Amino acid sequence: MNKVAIVGIGYTSFRSTSQDVSYREMIFEAAKKCYEDAGGVHPQSIDAFVASSEDFMEGVSIADEYVPDQLGAVLKPVQSIAGDSMQGIASAMMQIQTGEMDLVAASAFSKASNVLNPNNVVSYACDPIYVRPLDENPNIIAGMEMNRYLYETGTTREQCAEVVVKNKYNGLFNPSAVYGAKIELEDVLYAHEIFSPLSELDVSQDADGAIVLLLASENKAHKYTQNPIWIKGMGWATDTPNLDYREKGWGDAFYATLAAQKAYSMAGINAPYKEIDFAEIDDTFSYKELQHIEALNICGRGEAGSLFKQGFFSKEGEFPVNVSGGNLGVGYLHEANGLQKFMEVVLQLRGEAGKRQLNKVKTGLAFAWRGIPTATGIVAVLSNDG
Amino acid sequence: MRKVGVIGAGMTNFVRRAQETPKELSYEATKAALDSCEMNLEDIECVAHGTAPDAFDGIHQKGEYLADGSGGWNKPTMRVFVGGATGVHALIHGWYHVASGMFDTCLVVCEEKMSSAMPHAQGFFLTIFDHTTERALEPTLLWIFAMEMNRYMQRYGYTKEDMARVAVKNKNQGRKHPASQFKEEVTLEEVLNSEVMAYPVSRLDVSPVSDGAAAVVLAAENVARQVTEQPVWIEGVGWCLDTAYWATKDLSYPRYLEKASKMAYDMAGITEPAKQINIAEPYDPFDYKALHHMEGLQLSPRGKTVELLKDGHFDQDGNLPMCPSGGLLGVGNPIAAAGTMKVCELFWQLRGEAGERQVPGNPKYGVCQAWGDLMQVSSVAVMGV
Repeated sequence: MNKVAIVGIGYTSFRSTSQDVSYREMIFEAAKKCYEDAGGVHPQSIDAFVASSEDFMEGVSIADEYVPDQLGAVLKPVQSIAGDSMQGIASAMMQIQTGEMDLVAASAFSKASNVLNPNNVVSYACDPIYVRPLDENPNIIAGMEMNRYLYETGTTREQCAEVVVKNKYNGLFNPSAVYGAKIELEDVLYAHEIFSPLSELDVSQDADGAIVLLLASENKAHKYTQNPIWIKGMGWATDTPNLDYREKGWGDAFYATLAAQKAYSMAGINAPYKEIDFAEIDDTFSYKELQHIEALNICGRGEAGSLFKQGFFSKEGEFPVNVSGGNLGVGYLHEANGLQKFMEVVLQLRGEAGKRQLNKVKTGLAFAWRGIPTATGIVAVLSNDG
Repeated sequence: MRKVGVIGAGMTNFVRRAQETPKELSYEATKAALDSCEMNLEDIECVAHGTAPDAFDGIHQKGEYLADGSGGWNKPTMRVFVGGATGVHALIHGWYHVASGMFDTCLVVCEEKMSSAMPHAQGFFLTIFDHTTERALEPTLLWIFAMEMNRYMQRYGYTKEDMARVAVKNKNQGRKHPASQFKEEVTLEEVLNSEVMAYPVSRLDVSPVSDGAAAVVLAAENVARQVTEQPVWIEGVGWCLDTAYWATKDLSYPRYLEKASKMAYDMAGITEPAKQINIAEPYDPFDYKALHHMEGLQLSPRGKTVELLKDGHFDQDGNLPMCPSGGLLGVGNPIAAAGTMKVCELFWQLRGEAGERQVPGNPKYGVCQAWGDLMQVSSVAVMGV
């Protein structure tokens, strides 16, 4: 199989609102930065483009129509993946692996601030016959999932709150993070409870932003960058969307386990905790970070909470998780979530992460989840060692 | 590059108003495709599915909702979406899943349920237009296609009657398709006299609103040869997306399709498409589109297509049969599923299993194409035996 590298990155600053620019202008800015980052490549010499989006969040049916112009991709092979942008990267990677393409760009954006009531949109993702008629805020599912996870693993409410404290603190060192803050455990525990046991602060908040990445085949990678970052493994999986038929119930993120199995086997990783140096892992809700760490086999089931207490997953710890600030610190970028995590791993491996740079990192993991009510997760293992 | 074969195909009936849920439609097509090659879900490593706007089914993240109905339960599942071109693009999406070496088998499934939309699915096309420059004018899809049809006819001096001939040919050919929504014979007068929707588009120039699903099974060469003696190979694929600013383009010729088909022919090693291709399944949501696309596919010289049509060149027993399935006009148009129906048709035709619709002379190469977005995108696949 052909090896695939990341040779260019471009992104806008992430913001809670962005009334002064349209999404097309945001993508234009990210694309321009990406092409400059890849040695000034002209977009017409890029072989194909992959965007990731969902119509309802864009307020446009067939959002694919508005992809090419601002990317410089008019009259090129362009397609959209209706999924998380890390699935978009997987699609770009496979296109290169066929041997038919050498350079493929992946893009995604969030303009969540344009959406008046995002929860209404999410309720349209619920099964129209069994779930939607209950007419509840769909995030209630997250509250129930969290309860089940705590019950099955013995993880505590406080341990979940620690995740919020850590990620918001990490966000302070990331200039792109919207929701960085220094808060105390009590702030989380005594915040307004919204979906018991989740409090307001356990839930990540929406942000706007655009990200464009350029992927290249092994032969071409060095032409565009001195510092290619290699995709060692990728995996993605969907458990059933039916809430009542999940393979392992609600306490376990089985989709993450399945996705990781594929990515680890492709990357030749047997002991993720030892062979991977750091990770960016979905933390849409605080408990999700712990649940996902366990499902990704970074530690045993029910161990994440106590390891967390010992500082294992902090920036100085043995296995730093979400040094960028994660969704809780950076913001929730909808389908661009995956690209944000993937990009953070690339920045760290390039040594370009500024104040939050980790020392001597060689291999990193990115994991994205598609949010309530889905059971889809995507894993990427990246390395700066060809 | 790894060779990828289509080894099974299946579809539901196309109907105006299905009683089944979108998931159930996907399930039926998936099951039929797996049964056709005697495979089970355990043999399938990944699912590459497609479906057009979420608004039709009224479901956000529709790919997630459809996943288990399409066999994507505890498997890598990914939805591709290029508007109306999704049906053929899903095959391309499946192709790179296998050709990349990541997977050996892949299910390609497309579904559309347009009848859930009340009062009419066309209403959702109001939201495909640019929010600032176009939506305020409240254009409909029929209007802009009427402009394209007008421009195409005017450019070459084609008449409304010329275009209607395609509707008559495809609709009557579709009566031979067991999954077709229609059973009645249609005459040229009926097409010409049908209600004007947006001049020059009349009701029978347009394909119907439909519910349905279609699926194919893909496998890498070594697996394909074990499963069947007659795999149909994906010889070449191509796709291309033009600018969203459609009002600044010459609508008489689909330049994006020329590029997409060149990419596919180059990959397939086809140098003279009009001679080497034995069957064409161009996308025909409107009658004029079939001809427009034949020109874009380089299968007919620009401005000479009506002449060839009148000479019977595109008939089932002609030199280059066009839409032997009956196409979207003759079988039905559940958007994404309609494109995959064309993939299924090539699979059956190239294996000699198309029954009454079978084109004579042991065809070797077929091309299928789908089109979508704002008159802007095409996906093309060349299949061969």
